[in-house]
Amino acid sequence: MLNLKHVSGGYSGENVVKDVSFAVEKGELFGILGPNGSGKTTLLKMISGVLPIQSGEILIGGKKLQDYSQKQLAQKVAVLSQHSAESFSYTVKETVALGRYAHQKGIFQTWSKQDEAVVQRVMEQVGVGAFQDKNIQALSGGEKQRVFLAQALAQEPEILLLDEPTNHLDLSYQKELLDLLIHWTTENKLTVISIFHDLNLAGLYCSRLLLLEKGTIHIQHVPAEVLKEERIREVYQTSIQQQPHPTVAAPQMVLLPDFQRKNSPIEINESMLSVTPELITLKSPVYLRTMSSGVIGSGTGWHRTFVNRHVDKNYNCSDPIQEMAGFLRSKGYEPADTVGMMTAVYLEDVVFKGIAGEGFSIFVAVTAGVGNAIDVSQSEAHTYRLVPGTINTWIFVNGELTDAAFIQSIMTATEAKAKAMTDLKVADTMTGTIATGTSTDSILVAAAQAGRKLDFAGTITPLGKLIGKGVYECTSAAIQKSLKRKSLCF
Amino acid sequence: MPRLFIRKYLNNLYVAYLTAGLFLLLSIILGISIGTVGVSVPTLLKVFLVKIFGFLPENEIDPMYISIVMDIRLPRVILSGLVGAALAIAGAAFQGLLRNPLADPYTLGVSSGASVGAVFTLFLQLSLPFIESFTLPLVSILCSFITIFFVLAFARKIDRSMRVETIILTGIIFSSFLGALISLMIALTGDELRQIIGWLLGSVSMRGWEYIKMILPFFILGSGILFFNAKELNAMSFGEERAQHLGVNVQKRKLVVLTAGSILTGASVSVSGTIGFVGLVIPHLVRIIWGPDHKHLLPLSVLIGGGFLILADLVSRTIISPTELPIGVITALIGAPVFGVILIERKRTERRG
Repeated sequence: MLNLKHVSGGYSGENVVKDVSFAVEKGELFGILGPNGSGKTTLLKMISGVLPIQSGEILIGGKKLQDYSQKQLAQKVAVLSQHSAESFSYTVKETVALGRYAHQKGIFQTWSKQDEAVVQRVMEQVGVGAFQDKNIQALSGGEKQRVFLAQALAQEPEILLLDEPTNHLDLSYQKELLDLLIHWTTENKLTVISIFHDLNLAGLYCSRLLLLEKGTIHIQHVPAEVLKEERIREVYQTSIQQQPHPTVAAPQMVLLPDFQRKNSPIEINESMLSVTPELITLKSPVYLRTMSSGVIGSGTGWHRTFVNRHVDKNYNCSDPIQEMAGFLRSKGYEPADTVGMMTAVYLEDVVFKGIAGEGFSIFVAVTAGVGNAIDVSQSEAHTYRLVPGTINTWIFVNGELTDAAFIQSIMTATEAKAKAMTDLKVADTMTGTIATGTSTDSILVAAAQAGRKLDFAGTITPLGKLIGKGVYECTSAAIQKSLKRKSLCF
Repeated sequence: MPRLFIRKYLNNLYVAYLTAGLFLLLSIILGISIGTVGVSVPTLLKVFLVKIFGFLPENEIDPMYISIVMDIRLPRVILSGLVGAALAIAGAAFQGLLRNPLADPYTLGVSSGASVGAVFTLFLQLSLPFIESFTLPLVSILCSFITIFFVLAFARKIDRSMRVETIILTGIIFSSFLGALISLMIALTGDELRQIIGWLLGSVSMRGWEYIKMILPFFILGSGILFFNAKELNAMSFGEERAQHLGVNVQKRKLVVLTAGSILTGASVSVSGTIGFVGLVIPHLVRIIWGPDHKHLLPLSVLIGGGFLILADLVSRTIISPTELPIGVITALIGAPVFGVILIERKRTERRG
């Protein structure tokens, strides 16, 4: 559809864009990225024919750009620019109707039925039909942008060029506009080429991306390849981090603010822990990065209050998350800041321990009860029932963990727990075999993300060794306490 | 929103043209009837029947009325109507093209450019071969054309985005300079100072049919060109780049519109001197009432502009009768405050964002 071959050009003799070649297929949503001054807008202006090219050639539908008359070009290519000036109070419909200019023929350029139909259709599509008689000067920025989008669409173009289309739009309109564009590319085979400032939006919606750096192409590829952490860091000269989108297969970039890095490393230790029969609470002075399976705050996130709550053995609630949140609020804790777990064991039997490593340390706290111990290899014999966890393991790491280290921490901790069960010969009451855990165990790994960087937490890594030791010892002690309490009761 | 209501009510196109047409007709009738010697409407009709349609024998009415109507008042009214119409449509076109509600032949300095040409021709008694009596308008048109290009080139040099204020400021610079040039020429020729100054302030008195013949072809040519570029003007009032995206050949159309504007301004100035603000006030008024679509803005400006200048001329010659005020005084008295109001309004909407 669109083909650029070694295109260079710019303003008054100075080439802003140098030797750029790329091709866009029909029906693609193609994104152009690049830092300020990298030549994105200049490139777009050359494609739209507003700015002459110095060398190379631009082909639209196989025909050279220069061979199109202005009107013919307007039937092929429409543009939605960043700024739209309107000095006079045209109505919305008058504005959109101007999009038909290129299609009107003869010196009198009469307004045909088809023109009217197209204008009404596009106004409906972008949702400005309802205020077609309103004065555009009275509209909000987002509404104006949609009016001009309708104007561009009234040209019935094959290619739509957009210069930061989401610039003046709030979140919902950004999404709406881009969803509309995707719809048009798939349904009507419209080709869309758009400049993006927002890398995340570009990554979400575009099929391919072109990254410009100082007027030349740095890379053109699929979003996952273009939006690489190191690449973006280098081209944009800023600290960012890449993350997967939680529901869509698209990379997302997050900025890393400088102020956070100045945080002095803090040490989580037993002084921050408080134990009552009802609650075990650990309050961190800073937010910790967490990976956990609690009732509240599970998954990954940032939290600073950690609660292990005693509930009755027969605790049963249709919505434990809601109930737990209410409970936390009643205790003065903000659920959004909290990882909360439940257990039926006596909280006084908690076992905790701090262990120092080289340049980092960990703090482990475990509550354990083995009433419903399960041998994982025999778990088919059991029916599923969600009851409060009986071995709850907390691991706080005073260091900086990678995602891999988080996951390995959980593996190592689990192995240590299973080993403790084995050594204490805790049996699965149903099968009589040695149990590996209980049916509802929970785990929390939390890291301050300051201090020594720990890439891995396998069993023989420095972190893994500490976790293995800490969890094994704490779990063993906690099970023994629990068993002792049981035998006292009987 | 009373304005919206007015706009809705009058938006019906027939109503719009009917209203504007009636306004022009009424102005013409008033312009011919009122004066030191009053001509009643029946008498006026009789004169027309006699002289134009030849229905009645000439002895039916006093030859004095025939002379007043046919030799003095009618040519004067037609001339002021044509000048008003030409200036109004030129102003509307300049405003659309430059996206600038303050632009008009006078504020842009184009009128001054035309004056230089006219003064030059008048006082050197120039008469070029072949074009003879058209020498005056043609030189004025040429000077207008040169001036507008200098003004725009200069404004673009100051500020690429060509903000409203920049263009107007440039117009003032050029007006001052060209005005000084005119003064210099007048000083060098020496005599008839009062008459020249009267001419400079604008007047349509004692011009006769000769001058109507001089402006009419240029008026038809200039407004004809503009009518055919109404759609392009609509597009260009959203910005040149936007217009190009919509399929307008901006370079060509811009040149065409500027040429037409210069033709209209040059021809008007050559017959009546510099009459300011007509091109500013009339399109502004028409836009408020009937909206900014150039397809109707241009013809409606012609009708209203013509009527307006006829009335302005009527005021100028009756207000301190028997002395005549230059018509430019009347238009400036109305126009300059309107200029101020538009500027304030504009700033207010800009601040609102």
